[in-house]
Amino acid sequence: MSRLLEVEALEVSFGAASAVRGASLALDRGETLCLVGESGCGKSVTALAVMGLLARNASRGAARLSFDGQDLRGLDERGMSRLRGNRMAMIFQEPMTSLNPAYTVGSQMAEVMLRHRGGTRAAAMARAEDLLGRVRITSPAMRLGQYPHQLSGGLRQRVMIAMALMCDPELLIADEPTTALDVTVQAQILRLLLDLQKDLGLAMLLITHDLGVVARVAHRVAVMYAGEVVETAAAADLFARPTHPYTRGLLACVPVPGKVARGAALGSIAGVVPRLGPGFSGCGFRDRCGEATAACGGTIARASAGEGHDYLCRLPPGWRAGAGAAP
Amino acid sequence: MLEFLARRLLVALLVCATVLTFAFALTRLGGDLAISIAGPNATAADIEQVRVAYGLDRPLPLQFLEWVGRAATGDFGQSYFFKEKVSKLIFDRLPITFALGLVGLSIALAVALPLGIVSALREGSWTDRAISIVALLGQAMPSFWLGLVLMITLGLHLGWLPISGTGSWEHFVMPGIVLAFSAIPALLRLTRSGMIDALASDYIRTARAKGLSRRSIVLKHAARNAAMPVVSIAAVQLGFMLGGSIVIETVFALHGVGFLAWESISKNDFPTVQAVVLLLACIYTLLTLGADLLNAVLDPRLRAS
Ligand SMILES: Nc1ncnc2c1ncn2[C@@H]1O[C@H](COP(=O)(O)OP(=O)(O)O)[C@@H](O)[C@H]1O
Ligand code: SF4
Ligand SMILES: [Mg+2]
Repeated sequence: MSRLLEVEALEVSFGAASAVRGASLALDRGETLCLVGESGCGKSVTALAVMGLLARNASRGAARLSFDGQDLRGLDERGMSRLRGNRMAMIFQEPMTSLNPAYTVGSQMAEVMLRHRGGTRAAAMARAEDLLGRVRITSPAMRLGQYPHQLSGGLRQRVMIAMALMCDPELLIADEPTTALDVTVQAQILRLLLDLQKDLGLAMLLITHDLGVVARVAHRVAVMYAGEVVETAAAADLFARPTHPYTRGLLACVPVPGKVARGAALGSIAGVVPRLGPGFSGCGFRDRCGEATAACGGTIARASAGEGHDYLCRLPPGWRAGAGAAP
Repeated sequence: MLEFLARRLLVALLVCATVLTFAFALTRLGGDLAISIAGPNATAADIEQVRVAYGLDRPLPLQFLEWVGRAATGDFGQSYFFKEKVSKLIFDRLPITFALGLVGLSIALAVALPLGIVSALREGSWTDRAISIVALLGQAMPSFWLGLVLMITLGLHLGWLPISGTGSWEHFVMPGIVLAFSAIPALLRLTRSGMIDALASDYIRTARAKGLSRRSIVLKHAARNAAMPVVSIAAVQLGFMLGGSIVIETVFALHGVGFLAWESISKNDFPTVQAVVLLLACIYTLLTLGADLLNAVLDPRLRAS
């Protein structure tokens, strides 16, 4: 398998505030990577930076940002728009407002196809109808002529998913796709994404703060804190041997590793995600960390806890609370 | 949709009925009409004769009902001054006023929409600020003054456009520009703010995520949603233009309804004044109704509710 998406040392700042501080990610074809972390830690901004959808007041930098071997850093808006909706697609947290209220479902879906693949409108509509069926929407032909306001939140999110699949993308980024939905609908949408990912061999970057979701769908997990990926590992490995104190905090409420109750919130850690300026150095978690010492104010190197499992903390792998607080 | 239509139509009718009453009351409140019609040299007997001849001796409610009844069939009676049927007077002049209003609105839209969109796309930039300032200056200019400036420059010095009259389409350009100036600031501001809101919306982020062209994002997805308030205000502005054409038509000697209104007011020709006021009000209501309908076409959510 070849790496489909590679992000190294991604930096995004809004004026004087850094939203992403050196985050790195990698995603293989057909793989699901879950990006987890508390609200405000930079998950959405990371995803938007990959898609080239950042707000105008954002500035982006990276040591590497490549999609299927192509360097995205040098691509202008035109070049990115050729990829977006075509080879990489994204769905959002807000199904109620993500569709244009003025156009029908069919026309909004068809235009993706017409833009990237050309062909006739009828062919694009047929494709849209087919995909609405695939995302398990009943009477798809009738839905094509409906407007977003005629659909429930769950249906709109299904439409968003179907629309994202119009051009058979290789990468699907889903930013908390179920957060705004009813609990029962959440489970259905997640099931759907899981099935589609398998059937279509999609690479999926799924952003969530629901550890139950992570346990069910993730091949790999990246834990994000204050703009950094503080730990990344295969899902089973992460649940079995969480190493970064923040990851352990998140999992603290989980009784049996790997068997997380669906809908379980992230473990409660006192304090909130800080907003760090560009000059900040040392560990970003140190004012909330129970293991913090003076050394945490210095440069922290990325450490390995095994094959494909690394973390950003001065503590050794397998540390125990209170025992390894030196040096 | 039908319910929406019916409701809007009812409101429009109510507004027209209210205006009807006001139009009638207005002419009766200004003093004894028989005296003004008979003129300054009339004797008491003359005045009495006029009173009977014009039916002014009968009770007011009766006069009102009679007038409404005839107005409903398009009969506004005889003009005192022009010695012609008021309806004919008005309908002869209406095309000129409409042409003027449409020219004015077209110019206003042709200027305000692109500038508003550019302002929104470059929000906060120097371009944006410069456009706002020009719009403000335009708003501050009195229209008769602007009219005179145009006449002197474009008409007298450059000789590009005729100064007065209604002979050809060129006669409508200068007054159209003057009318447009008053409408541009509001249209521009609304276009700009509507576009800024639309461009910041989630569905525009979706449109970008779909890889659509910039043109489609701005003109298809954002503009369609920003258009609704602009349509409403454009209708209102056209109404203002038709009403405000009194000044412009006088300055440019365009013999439209505005000119007629000015003449009949100065000549105390109350049947004509009444009819013009009523007509302008009805047109205004119709325009708003038209804007509501157009919005319903633009916004599927309105259609449903
Ligand atoms: N358009 C923006 N302008 C300024 N700050 C922003 C913007 N978008 C996001 N941020 C900031 O970036 C940080 C990360 O946000 P985000 O990626 O949305 O977090 P989350 O992990 O919850 O998705 C937050 O502090 C947020 O306030
Ligand atoms: S580096 Fe220090 S403060 Fe940061 S997580 Fe590790 S122990 Fe805690
Ligand atoms: Mg987010």
